[in-house]
Amino acid sequence: MAVATSPIRILIGKVGLDGHDRGVKLVARALRDAGMEVIYTGLHQTPEQVVNTAIQEDVDAIGLSVLSGAHNTLFARVLELLKEGGAEHIVLFGGGIIPDDDLPKLKANGVRMLFRPGTAMSDIVDFVKGLRA
Amino acid sequence: MQERKSRFTSLSGLDINRVYSRDNLKNWSPESDLGLPGEFPYTRGVYPTMYRGRLWTMRQFAGFGSADDTNRRFKYLLRLGQNGLSVAFDMPTLMGIDADDSRAHGEVGRCGVAISSLADMDRLFEDIPLDRVTTSMTINGPAAVIFAMYLAVAEKRGISVECLGGTLQNDILKEYIAQKEWLYPPEPSLRLITDTIAYCAKQVPKWHPVSISGYHIREAGSNAVQELAFTLYDGLTYVEAAVKAGLAVDSFVPQLSFFFNVHNDLFEEIAKFRAARRLWAREMERRYHPKDPRSLQLRCHAQTAGCSLTAQQPMNNVVRTTLQALAAVLGGTQSLHTNSMDETLALPTEDAAKLALRTQQIIAHETEITNSIDPLGGSYYVESLTNRLEEGARDYFRRLDEMGGMVKAIERGFPQRELLDASQRYQREVEQKERIVVGVTDYAEKEDRPIPTLKIGPEVEQEQIARLSDLRKSRDPFKMAGVLEELQEAASCSENLMPYLIDAVKAKATLGEICAALREVFGTYHEPMVL
Repeated sequence: MAVATSPIRILIGKVGLDGHDRGVKLVARALRDAGMEVIYTGLHQTPEQVVNTAIQEDVDAIGLSVLSGAHNTLFARVLELLKEGGAEHIVLFGGGIIPDDDLPKLKANGVRMLFRPGTAMSDIVDFVKGLRA
Repeated sequence: MQERKSRFTSLSGLDINRVYSRDNLKNWSPESDLGLPGEFPYTRGVYPTMYRGRLWTMRQFAGFGSADDTNRRFKYLLRLGQNGLSVAFDMPTLMGIDADDSRAHGEVGRCGVAISSLADMDRLFEDIPLDRVTTSMTINGPAAVIFAMYLAVAEKRGISVECLGGTLQNDILKEYIAQKEWLYPPEPSLRLITDTIAYCAKQVPKWHPVSISGYHIREAGSNAVQELAFTLYDGLTYVEAAVKAGLAVDSFVPQLSFFFNVHNDLFEEIAKFRAARRLWAREMERRYHPKDPRSLQLRCHAQTAGCSLTAQQPMNNVVRTTLQALAAVLGGTQSLHTNSMDETLALPTEDAAKLALRTQQIIAHETEITNSIDPLGGSYYVESLTNRLEEGARDYFRRLDEMGGMVKAIERGFPQRELLDASQRYQREVEQKERIVVGVTDYAEKEDRPIPTLKIGPEVEQEQIARLSDLRKSRDPFKMAGVLEELQEAASCSENLMPYLIDAVKAKATLGEICAALREVFGTYHEPMVL
């Protein structure tokens, strides 16, 4: 008999002032179509809002999109708040316009994965599915 | 021989025949649908001599870090032979907040230049002759405030505002549709735009107060037909708002300009520029019967498609940009920005920006394509595409009319959903390899050779905050409170806000303070959720 498992819950959002939401909405749709429960935050969220929502909604992971160049500050702040809120089990991943040089530091600080332009939706879906594997 | 595919489609999904002939242009008339350059319906171009008279303006969008950093980049670009300036502002400026606001943390100077005060604007244009160079400013929600700063800088230097040439993007409708940088709800936003239009009509005759933009609509995922339809319909909405406010059509429409994207489908893009001119001329004629022919002429800026570029094998972007620039020129644009190859990674380095500008200069001076106007006019294929784009846009016009106009359509999430669906369609086509992206879906390499990228340090934010702190200490608080109060009173009635904004920036009120004062009167906007 198959064991019933709850669907993966993901918070997908835009943090900071950046309004470019083409990519984030496609990702939200792709994850939803793959059977996950997707909470989309909408635009212009602060790191505090994102982390509060993530904890309240008891999500498995947070996926954030940043195309404005503010990724170093914003990802670091979200990680800090997750730690303060005792929610380090929530995986943080993201995507956007992020130069090569910034990738190692962000990953070392605890951003699990960063998807860059040209990523196939199926790669993102596989990554998120893999979080429960 | 069997064809490679069962269906050939344009990038926008139009079915394309193996070959085009006279049969595809049955109801087409060279007299009424094509005409000559400089003549109605302007399909072939708005000027009788086009590039034989004057080349397009090479206007590279630039801005990063502090006002001083960007001032140096402007001078560098002018030295390289660029002939117009175009300012990229950072996110806090675009959202009307100051660098020392907590929401600005990490964003100051990151994707454009940080401008919080008149003093910043003055430094941005230090040693640049404002009466001899034209300046385009990509700013929307706070456009009127930034414009007030520019006018105040000119005044301080003893330059009459009558001599100022340039463009304010100031297109809020496409913000609600695509770029999502708004400050206020649609109604007061349209009033601010109408105020700038009215002010320019009277005081700044060489200025384009609005650049009605399809660029961002396309970047947000639309196809060419949607870009054309929503942009021109936005334009008609601004005209209607200004006419309702009591302006005569011919007193301001000649000052409006447009801004289009140039994507990868070469012929479809050329057709889009031609269809845009024809559709604007016909719609303006039908709706308003203007006496001044300039009210029928669609003048535009174009930018190559940032969303078409790849982070993988970034040198390939030079080739994409070149082909897109070629389409813009064959389409008859009045000015052009060519993207740099590194923009999928960061803001451009000096070298990448130079190569992008050189791309335009090579097209202008080495290819001889500027010799004859609208060289593809009369091509069965291009004329057929031009017809279909115009028809497709008209279908959208009818739907938008039925919804009660663009503001109502935006409130229902209609254009937003059209864009999202189109971008999802495109993404699926790419992932199913119906469309090949070189270096990504095919011909990919395991390791890309990294290219240098521009670094913007954290000191930019700290220095900008320190400058603001000094500014706040240096001013007369009573005078400040007074001008902001007067501004709010004027905002509560229907007075033109431009003179009040100019007074406020001269009294050293910051961008964030002015936008917050107006927010108390105008309220905020909440986006309808479309997913």
